[in-house]
Amino acid sequence: MLAFLLRRLAVALSVVLTVSVIAFLLLHLSGDLATDLAGPEASPEQVARVRVEYGLDQPLVVQYGHWLAGAVQFDFGRSFYFRESVASLLGDRIPITLKLGAIALGLALLVAIPLGALAAVKRGSWFDRGALAFCALGQAVPTFWLGLSLIIVFAVNLRWLPVSGNATWSHYVLPSVALGWYAIPAVMRLTRNGMLDVMASDYIRTARAKGLRPHTVIFKHALRNAVVPVVALAAVQFGFMLGGSIVVEAVFSLQGLGQLAWEAIARKDFPVVQAIVMLLATIYILLTFLADLLNAWLDPRIRVA
Amino acid sequence: MPLLDVDNLTIEIPTEAGLLHAVNGVSFTLERGETLAIVGESGSGKSLTSLALMDLLPSRAVRKARSMRFDGIDLMTAGRREMEDLRGDRMAMIFQEPMTSLNPAYTVGDQLAEALRRHRPVGRAAARDRAVHLLERVGITAAASRLGQYPHQLSGGLRQRVMIAMGLMCEPDLIIADEPTTALDVTIQAQILLLLRDIQREFGMGLILVTHDLGVVARVATKVAVMYAGRLVETGPVEAVFGAPSHPYTQGLLRAIPVPGRTRPGEPLGTIPGQVPNLIGPLAGCAFRNRCDRATDACAAAIPERDLGPGHRMACVLDPVAVPA
Repeated sequence: MLAFLLRRLAVALSVVLTVSVIAFLLLHLSGDLATDLAGPEASPEQVARVRVEYGLDQPLVVQYGHWLAGAVQFDFGRSFYFRESVASLLGDRIPITLKLGAIALGLALLVAIPLGALAAVKRGSWFDRGALAFCALGQAVPTFWLGLSLIIVFAVNLRWLPVSGNATWSHYVLPSVALGWYAIPAVMRLTRNGMLDVMASDYIRTARAKGLRPHTVIFKHALRNAVVPVVALAAVQFGFMLGGSIVVEAVFSLQGLGQLAWEAIARKDFPVVQAIVMLLATIYILLTFLADLLNAWLDPRIRVA
Repeated sequence: MPLLDVDNLTIEIPTEAGLLHAVNGVSFTLERGETLAIVGESGSGKSLTSLALMDLLPSRAVRKARSMRFDGIDLMTAGRREMEDLRGDRMAMIFQEPMTSLNPAYTVGDQLAEALRRHRPVGRAAARDRAVHLLERVGITAAASRLGQYPHQLSGGLRQRVMIAMGLMCEPDLIIADEPTTALDVTIQAQILLLLRDIQREFGMGLILVTHDLGVVARVATKVAVMYAGRLVETGPVEAVFGAPSHPYTQGLLRAIPVPGRTRPGEPLGTIPGQVPNLIGPLAGCAFRNRCDRATDACAAAIPERDLGPGHRMACVLDPVAVPA
């Protein structure tokens, strides 16, 4: 088990390093940062001064080494635009996006797994067909439209929930629904297919031959085996939600990572963009690792590997 | 009152090509302490017959019978919950595939205890004790340490022993074993069969053994029912059926087994030419007639069931003749 963990850690570190190099190169190849930073009105002298001030005159390898030396000490430099350290800037935004993503994922799983399981058990029924239709519809609805519709119905007309902001937990309800909505069809379909496979398996027949009640057969014996592939999907979806919450954050005026990434990219705020890319890559890797651990717990056969 | 009385069981499965007559008018009885072997080749309906008793047929399959009684209980009219109460408690089933018939996500101990606790108000400790006791009874060493193991950590033979122990948890009156040795090594097969026979005698249960292996039948069964294309072609006490096989199909089956001392080396074994008929759509007359070398025009008509001796019956128009030795 220890060898397994160490191996996983080594792979994870090399992935993070690779991502950092690629992100670094792409950002520096996207144009002359000094010209952008100095502004359109700047004279060549001013541009040159900016170039030296930000260390952009040095070779890329040196710049990258400099950045890496800071990054390993959690020092990601200062934002070009916000005049604040990148670390504290991210520190303010991360909790908002994590909260949003976690609630959205929780909602999505809470809806999708039972729906998928029921659809499989009642295969071919009106419920199953309705669930599949709901899936198709769910994927066809754009996030921004759903977000705005939710605001109109629940915030403006019914006045049940706040329109925007992040002051209380109730502020997170509508954005979480809008963000989680997109994950529901994929999770539901995977759960349904997994359940269909598992329900046809020999050990489910054994469970029924023991006289177990249907709910025990379905929830104890079938669902646990059916959700193994769902865990990996949920981890990936969570990654998507954190990285892709930008539309939802814009619609609901949540000052999260998505908004920050959008602003930083628009302003060529290189240290912030680089830090966000690194953060998301690290979160992805952590999530897949957690998913592996969870699967090992769900399916004892995986523990051997 | 027999433990099990099946009268005219029919199983039909609707398919896109038409109605599949998987089992057609099968009748038999079983007493406590008896072992009935249901013999037939793949697709003869023997496994479906056993699943029908447990009400575990695939949902598409339609089960009909004049009557089907287990210890006086009408299985045809029993409700879903009533059947669930019977299953695992008074009638248990052991399946063919020990590798896939146990849930990979739960320990052996959990799956054994569950079988008892579903039907008896006993605590964890008592269920555990019973599980250890039965694991030892089915010949598993270090039984207590097996409880924490997962199915993938056990060999096929061990898993089948676990399945048998699971079937015994509530001390059922009837055990149905569907090809319990097919997936196992030959040496393990013999051990499992003898174990089943011993347990059947010890507990005085009724045992139904579904198999295509006539060697198995000769060793452990008291009664045999030969199935062909969904019909029961010959049934009776093992000595009678093996001693004086009367249906041409039974005779063909027995000719296909080598007999030590009688079959000379290099001598070809008997085979039955042809194939099982398509069971989709109506089928009149004897299902075996297209493969039978003694078939006549009479075989296309309805086949009467004939008594050949005490409990020995067959469905054939021919007069019983002795097997050419």
